[in-house]
Amino acid sequence: MQSIPEIEQEIVNEFALFDDQMDKYEYIIDIGKKLPALDARYMTDDFLVKGCQSKVWLHAYPKDGRIYFEADSNTAITKGIIALLIRVLSGQKAADVLSCPLTFIDSIQLRSHLSSQRSNGLTSMIQRMRAYAQAYL
Amino acid sequence: MKTNTALVFDVSAIRNQFPILHQQVNGKPLIYFDNAATSQKPLAVINTIKDYYEQYNSNIHRGAHYLAQLATERYEDARHTIASHLNASEQEINFVRGTTEAINLVATSYGRKFVSAGDEIIVTEMEHHSNIVPWQMLCEEKGATLRVIPITDSGELIYEEYLKLLSEKTKIVSVAHTSNALGTIHPVKEMIADAHKYGAVVFVDGAQALPHSKVDVQDLDCDFLGFSGHKVFAGTGIGVLYGKAHLLEAMNPYMGGGEMIKTVSFKGTTYNDLPYKFEAGTPHIEGGISLGAAINYINQIGLDNISSYEHELLRYGTEQLASVDDLRFVGTAENKSSVISFLVKNIHPYDIGVLLNEQGIAIRTGHHCCQPLMDRLGIEGTCRASFAFYNTKQEIDVFVKALQRAVKVLS
Repeated sequence: MQSIPEIEQEIVNEFALFDDQMDKYEYIIDIGKKLPALDARYMTDDFLVKGCQSKVWLHAYPKDGRIYFEADSNTAITKGIIALLIRVLSGQKAADVLSCPLTFIDSIQLRSHLSSQRSNGLTSMIQRMRAYAQAYL
Repeated sequence: MKTNTALVFDVSAIRNQFPILHQQVNGKPLIYFDNAATSQKPLAVINTIKDYYEQYNSNIHRGAHYLAQLATERYEDARHTIASHLNASEQEINFVRGTTEAINLVATSYGRKFVSAGDEIIVTEMEHHSNIVPWQMLCEEKGATLRVIPITDSGELIYEEYLKLLSEKTKIVSVAHTSNALGTIHPVKEMIADAHKYGAVVFVDGAQALPHSKVDVQDLDCDFLGFSGHKVFAGTGIGVLYGKAHLLEAMNPYMGGGEMIKTVSFKGTTYNDLPYKFEAGTPHIEGGISLGAAINYINQIGLDNISSYEHELLRYGTEQLASVDDLRFVGTAENKSSVISFLVKNIHPYDIGVLLNEQGIAIRTGHHCCQPLMDRLGIEGTCRASFAFYNTKQEIDVFVKALQRAVKVLS
């Protein structure tokens, strides 16, 4: 299992290949498309991460001392973003999920383009993932 | 006359009056198509606000000194400008924070006094939440009923249904002049005449009308009309409630405080005359003055010129967007303002909004504060491009290409 910083670096390297912002989004959308489907029973309001325009359903479960995330979204870009977060955080130790600074978002310059959209809910997604981690410490 | 119009309507000269338009967003020239949410501000407005703070900032209506007199004069001049623009009298022009406050003021001060259990209030299925919630609150408080005029799939009111809803029980009809989400222009003059047959008063939400067309309250014969400064090229936090004087006289004040009183004692307080009765506290002085400047500015260009230019943008934009594969228009009313709501394939509007933003283009995506309308249309939201007179056909061309690119990425 790679560590959180290792996976983050891997993502940063992948995104460094794109100089066009639209290509980055195309890549994010592709990553989202590959996200395994979330079981329908988790696609309810209880699992909804509150956002304005896009819906994100997030579920987590502990296994062998680690925490696993699965999610879905009704928008392609948000689904790609949550897929990236899952790639970094799913299968890690809860304590690491809580303490990691998650620098890759700034490094791939996603946040600068999305943070002003209150609807994107990026911060809410991360908060919700950390809340799950707290519960499964 | 035609030459004169062309001469007056020089879009590049107009754009020069809007400093904000001359910038790059995400490395691309900004294309601002979110005018139905808020408009950009011309130098005439920006400089008015600057001048106010640099030259005559002062509290109004009370001071004996020079600055206070100047500020009072300018503020009341603005009220005069707005009154003339609407064909109203100055005492009927109340400065408020915006359309939302205008509606809440009427729902509270008129509604609480004149609506009782069993009465009915009528709105349309395509109202902004601001023109639904205050009436719901009033109905709940009074035991009155909110009735809703249904719409067609193309986004037009079903007028026969409106006529069926009207009765002696109808106390208030509240309708947008122009729909913010779809751009539909409602037949408000006719609706007002029909409501009056039953003795109901009519509130017209003019937020989306004032920036695009001439609104004459006497011609419409509306009882109340509200609009927001920020949508009509002035700043945020200022707007207007027009009300017929005899109705405003009959209403209780909305808020108590300074300015709205004549005399105050612990035995009782007497209220000030119109319009000050509804203007408690130190008002948004530079907001009011700059709203006057904005109205003067659009009148200099001429609302007829603005209307015909924007109509051409709407026609051209609709025609160009129609060429995008699998695009469907949401709201195809015959009588529309320069708003185009649309969806492409089954792509979520948010995704399109983000990818247009990446290309420097600002549109609005979502339910546009019209959830009941979206429910009626069976959709979650739309992409909405809304044009102002400083937009151009060239911008529409860039927008359509950018949309095609976004759709390609998202398909």
